[in-house]
Amino acid sequence: MDINKVLSEKVKSIKPSGIRKFFDLAKQVEGVISLGVGEPDFDTPWHIREAAVYSIQSGQTTYTENPGLLALRKEICRYNKRHFDLDYKSDEVLITVGGSEAIDIALRAIIDPMDEVIIPTPSYVAYEPGVVLAGGVVKLLPLTEKDNFKITPEALEACISEKTKAILLNFPSNPTGGTMEYEDYEKIVPILKKHEIIVLSDEIYADLLYEGKHCSLAHFPEIKDQVLVISGCSKAFAMTGWRIGYILGNKDIIKAILKIHQYVIMCAPIMSQYAAIEAFKHGDNDVEQMRIAYLGRRNLIVKRFNDMGLPTHTPKGAFYIFPDIRSTGMTSEEFCNALLEDQKVACVPGTAFGEAGEGFIRVSYAYSLEELENAAARIKLFMNKLK
Amino acid sequence: MNEIMLLTQLEKNANLNRTTLADLLQSEESEVLKTLNELEKEKIILGYHTIINWDKTNVEKVSALIMVDAAPEREFGYDRIASKIYRYPEVESMYLMSGKSDFILIVKGKTMKEIADFVATKLACVDGVSGTNTIFIMQTYKANDFIFAETENKKERLVVTP
Repeated sequence: MDINKVLSEKVKSIKPSGIRKFFDLAKQVEGVISLGVGEPDFDTPWHIREAAVYSIQSGQTTYTENPGLLALRKEICRYNKRHFDLDYKSDEVLITVGGSEAIDIALRAIIDPMDEVIIPTPSYVAYEPGVVLAGGVVKLLPLTEKDNFKITPEALEACISEKTKAILLNFPSNPTGGTMEYEDYEKIVPILKKHEIIVLSDEIYADLLYEGKHCSLAHFPEIKDQVLVISGCSKAFAMTGWRIGYILGNKDIIKAILKIHQYVIMCAPIMSQYAAIEAFKHGDNDVEQMRIAYLGRRNLIVKRFNDMGLPTHTPKGAFYIFPDIRSTGMTSEEFCNALLEDQKVACVPGTAFGEAGEGFIRVSYAYSLEELENAAARIKLFMNKLK
Repeated sequence: MNEIMLLTQLEKNANLNRTTLADLLQSEESEVLKTLNELEKEKIILGYHTIINWDKTNVEKVSALIMVDAAPEREFGYDRIASKIYRYPEVESMYLMSGKSDFILIVKGKTMKEIADFVATKLACVDGVSGTNTIFIMQTYKANDFIFAETENKKERLVVTP
């Protein structure tokens, strides 16, 4: 069988993920210390796990209504009001299987063939393939360290064409930890409005913000209808494996997205939905405790990298730093490979998140203080050898 | 210096390297040491303990929870009688309670006999103590936020994920 004939051109056009490549390399190294993981190191809080166990024991093992349990959608609305001052009603919420499904079906619901989607980069690895699979065309908007990895109105204007349909945002950002503040958004709102660009705003790290208040484009009433807020339980409550995400948005758009969701997924797993109800209802304190733990780790790891001669700006959100390794004269990939070989420390090359990540590495600080100190000491040894 | 964050970190791990502590507080080591000194002087920080699972050593230790009934005194309330009790080194912790008993103590000794002797010859004889109820602790599952039982499996995380 000629596998090339079997596979679709679309799938063939998707490059294997740079993360995958590095994962294969890193897992062969024995005794590797990793700073490469994009998920919390905390366990899901016990009361949330217990709620899921109870739901199974009491026989909650069926499908749920397609958009998700009404109780969960209501709880998500309350949570978003309480935490972010965002107003949504239960028919403006769709529960998905993680933020990943949310991004996929939202793109599929709005993209026609050859429509352009702007993706600020470096970006989360799933965005580009998501657009391609939906039949769209990716238009990259490179973010620079000089602008603190923020979107500027000039850079946005330069990406817009007649074909521009949507923009896919992710602030606080994986991999840079960068954020957009009210003043930053204010400058691009008129542009988004004028060109009627749909905003897919992946705000999965919104709860992990260490300075100031989280701002969303949905806070701007003049474009709120154009904005789809995507989030979920994974990062805030350390619930990556539960696969609960959601979309907030205009109810007619939500209804259209629901058409895809109901045919391809049916509904998110019911036991995870019950766990999520408990999380959104009674998990505020868990989120806060984890946030404070990440804050201390962030301060520590930023200091360590700057001290060893790798300039690192202090990101305001998420749990990543994005050190600048250009002074070593190596490419991101060369640096990460050499570090892995020499000191058995795994960091992800910035280029795994797009060409704009060249010259940087992504370091996750979702690790204990001890692990962070240990890894930082090894990276310092590596840096000293380079001098 | 963010004192609350300093205290929160130390409450979790008093053994935290002082450089690590300074850096996670975005401060200097000298500043951390100065603040710790002040907090100790003000008795906000009373001490630094180690949590030990003695059951895993060959040292015999027994603990008991003792409920104590006592009569409060005019002017002093429960404070004076409490001080007569908590000064005994056998008393590890002591609390004034709402409910049926007035105090709850946690008392440590080498043997049950040693604790029984303490109750009979010391505690019950304190002026104002009208009754005691001793409950021996059979096993520690969790203390000071730490789980003693070895049921938790270490989870395996992937080395690199997006």
